[in-house]
Amino acid sequence: MGILNVTDLTKQFGKFTALDGVDLTVNEGEVFGFIGPNGAGKSTTIRVLLGIIKATAGQVEIFGKDAWKDAVEIHKRIAYVPGDVNLWPNLTGGEVIDLFLRLRGGNNKNKRDELIEMFDLDPSKKCRTYSKGNRQKVALVAAFSSDADLYILDEPTSGLDPLMEQVFQKCVGRVKEEGKSVLLSSHILSEVEKLCDRIGIIRQGKMIETGTLNELRHLTRTHLLVETKQPMKGLEELSGVHALVEMEQALSFQVDTEHLDEVMKHISKFGVLKLESAPPTLEDLFMRHYENNDNIKAGGAS
Amino acid sequence: MERSLSKNTGFLLRFIGRQDRIRIPLWLLGISFFTLVVPVAFKDMYPTQQERDVMAKTMENPAMTAMVGNGNLDHYTIGAMTAHQMLLLTAVVVGLMSILLLTRHTRGDEEEGRSELIHSLPVGRLANLMAACIVVIGTNVLLALITGFGLYALGIKTMNLEGSLLYGAILGGTGIIFAGVTALFSQLSENSRSVIGYSIALLIIAYLVRAVGDVSNKALSWFSPLGWITQAEVYATNNWWLVILMVGVSIVLFLIAAFLNIIRDLEAGFLPSRPGKETASLVLQHPIGLALKLQRTGTIAWALGLFVIGVSYGSVLGDLETFFEGNEMLENMLVDKAGYSMTEQFIPMLMMVIAILATVPPIMAVNKLLGEEKKNRVDHLLSKAVSRSRLLGSYLIIAIINGVIMLSLAAVGLWAAGTAVMDDAFSFWSIYSAAIVYYPAMLVMIGVVVFLIGVLPKLASIIWIYIVYSFFVLYLGGLFDFPEWVGKLSPFGYIPQLPVEEMEWLPVSLLLLTAIILMVVGFIGYNKRDIG
Ligand SMILES: Nc1ncnc2c1ncn2[C@@H]1O[C@H](COP(=O)(O)OP(=O)(O)OP(=O)(O)O)[C@@H](O)[C@H]1O
Ligand SMILES: [Mg+2]
Repeated sequence: MGILNVTDLTKQFGKFTALDGVDLTVNEGEVFGFIGPNGAGKSTTIRVLLGIIKATAGQVEIFGKDAWKDAVEIHKRIAYVPGDVNLWPNLTGGEVIDLFLRLRGGNNKNKRDELIEMFDLDPSKKCRTYSKGNRQKVALVAAFSSDADLYILDEPTSGLDPLMEQVFQKCVGRVKEEGKSVLLSSHILSEVEKLCDRIGIIRQGKMIETGTLNELRHLTRTHLLVETKQPMKGLEELSGVHALVEMEQALSFQVDTEHLDEVMKHISKFGVLKLESAPPTLEDLFMRHYENNDNIKAGGAS
Repeated sequence: MERSLSKNTGFLLRFIGRQDRIRIPLWLLGISFFTLVVPVAFKDMYPTQQERDVMAKTMENPAMTAMVGNGNLDHYTIGAMTAHQMLLLTAVVVGLMSILLLTRHTRGDEEEGRSELIHSLPVGRLANLMAACIVVIGTNVLLALITGFGLYALGIKTMNLEGSLLYGAILGGTGIIFAGVTALFSQLSENSRSVIGYSIALLIIAYLVRAVGDVSNKALSWFSPLGWITQAEVYATNNWWLVILMVGVSIVLFLIAAFLNIIRDLEAGFLPSRPGKETASLVLQHPIGLALKLQRTGTIAWALGLFVIGVSYGSVLGDLETFFEGNEMLENMLVDKAGYSMTEQFIPMLMMVIAILATVPPIMAVNKLLGEEKKNRVDHLLSKAVSRSRLLGSYLIIAIINGVIMLSLAAVGLWAAGTAVMDDAFSFWSIYSAAIVYYPAMLVMIGVVVFLIGVLPKLASIIWIYIVYSFFVLYLGGLFDFPEWVGKLSPFGYIPQLPVEEMEWLPVSLLLLTAIILMVVGFIGYNKRDIG
């Protein structure tokens, strides 16, 4: 049992099924990456976790408590950053951060000031005048200066510049060192690849894969660049070969991991001169899941 | 469980209070000042009982009853006068205050996505609603105390402590009821504009139901909380139990709102919101089309509202006619314009009220552009091939047409209902011209908005103060004997009072010219200034 357990979660908005039997577990001390195309149901899942919308069916437990009924208890140990941060136009960023910290009960002034410094935020400006990225920084500073046990982050870096993105990654690394858990939803795959211990992919309201990056890689393709003595033939007829491109003397293609063996046997007949292979990136993995059944439209706007 | 529902209410209470630390005192100050200054003015203007009795006679007709409700006309003391002529209207303003104050912190925060962050913290599910309601209830209680003790402190003999406190309590009670109504609509509807719209609609319906009830059928007035106000008979029998009734109804409203709040998702409502179209229709691809679409529901609601207001005023005309026919003494006393019936003499005043109300939707129509600008949505349009003049022009054209439609609908409603109930009906043209003659004044108001949007966008909300000023000065001008220039500060003060007066072209043409100049300057300003 992890500190966050979702079993068979279903959420309907009227007739539209946004989540359809989602299972999700985040273990203590782990950073869990939550990815999926627009409108897949990431934010909806997170809003159920936060107890601000009610599950139609299924169990949602955090710290062993029910996400809807015991929301207040749970929230004492949670920090949340949304992708779209909306603040009170007449308050300054500093005031908002203090408001959040005081509502939670803690008051960690040193940490707050340090984070404001790190994120290069001017806390004396009115929220009305903040850019999107700066509003996001306000929420990030408030979240990371609190002593939470679980950080729920929904596209927390969607407005940050690359420099701030690095600061963010440092913050996640730090809370991880402290043994805290993180649920991170993001479209920036390099970020997920770098930070996350385990990854879940959601699509049209269903979890389609969960596992460590290594486990998921087994399910996907390896890039190969091969140069042979004799011209290779019949490669396109083999199953599991994709994206075949003819280069000057070589062939570049991708192979499904489960067919790697047959393909290698086939290639070796032509006398291999050169062989380069690259492990699949998360992006490839992601693309492959999205390209499948492309004809099914992902529902609505996000 | 109960404790966790309300967790941190106190904190949010202070937070909301702090955000409104200027807004709430301004409302309190404005309403209290107005309440306290009127009896003093009455005392100056009608020092003897004889003069007050004459006033009572002029008030004794269905048109006035429809407007301000029943009063204690047999003992028309300063206290009775104040309670009769001011209490209902002030209560409507207090209702409006509650609606605007509460919506901002309930559905307003939710719609803008601010509640989501608050709710992710250890904050009870009910805490925000409770905090917002407590702030508004507190404001109303404060208002009740200030006006109550304030009226008593004026030291006017017929305004005793009990009556004064009841006066305040009725104001506060009305405010709390409409806070309850708003709390309920905040749960039902997904967007804050509709919450305000529905709540104000209910306020207007309550006013109209009471108007019709007071004139023709007393039982009907009991269905309207505003009808209870006159039943309290402030400064006469002082029926305190109506305040208890108000509080009771409010409690029920708050409980229903709280229940709905607990069971629903954040940012969701209970009223269905239709799914939109998949592609933009042809109309939408022109800025006028887009502007129209954005304000369609509101415009339809206002159009309907003005028609209903016209009909309700019109339906009172029959009663008015019968009333005057049976009352020769009054007829002799009041006729100062030979050749016109008494009923006709009420038309200009009704039209003035209608014209000022009908100015609200066109002004909202232009102001919408500013709202869009604040949300950075104008950038999308301007970055396409839409010039600034064309954009502002689209909104202006809509407002200009909107205004004609609103005025016409109210006039048609008034004429139709009047024709149905009167023996000696008005011709359509005499009613319609009495209404449409206000159009140039409306155009000046629209011109002022365009000017503000172009030149002083930060001060655009001044227009509402200007409208309220116009209303009070011209509506109450007759009662208070204001010097003439006070009325002439409003464009509505220049309009000839058809059908009782002759048509005058000069002031009307000058108003038109003023409107055009204001608009041109506004356009020039809009083309020059920063957007956003
Ligand atoms: N309140 C709502 N009413 C109706 N449908 C909704 C509501 N909220 C979300 N949806 C739908 O549920 C689906 C999932 O939306 P969600 O916001 O969870 O997607 P997401 O994975 O976060 O997407 P993105 O990556 O764009 O943020 C979408 O099809 C969305 O249109
Ligand atoms: Mg999302």
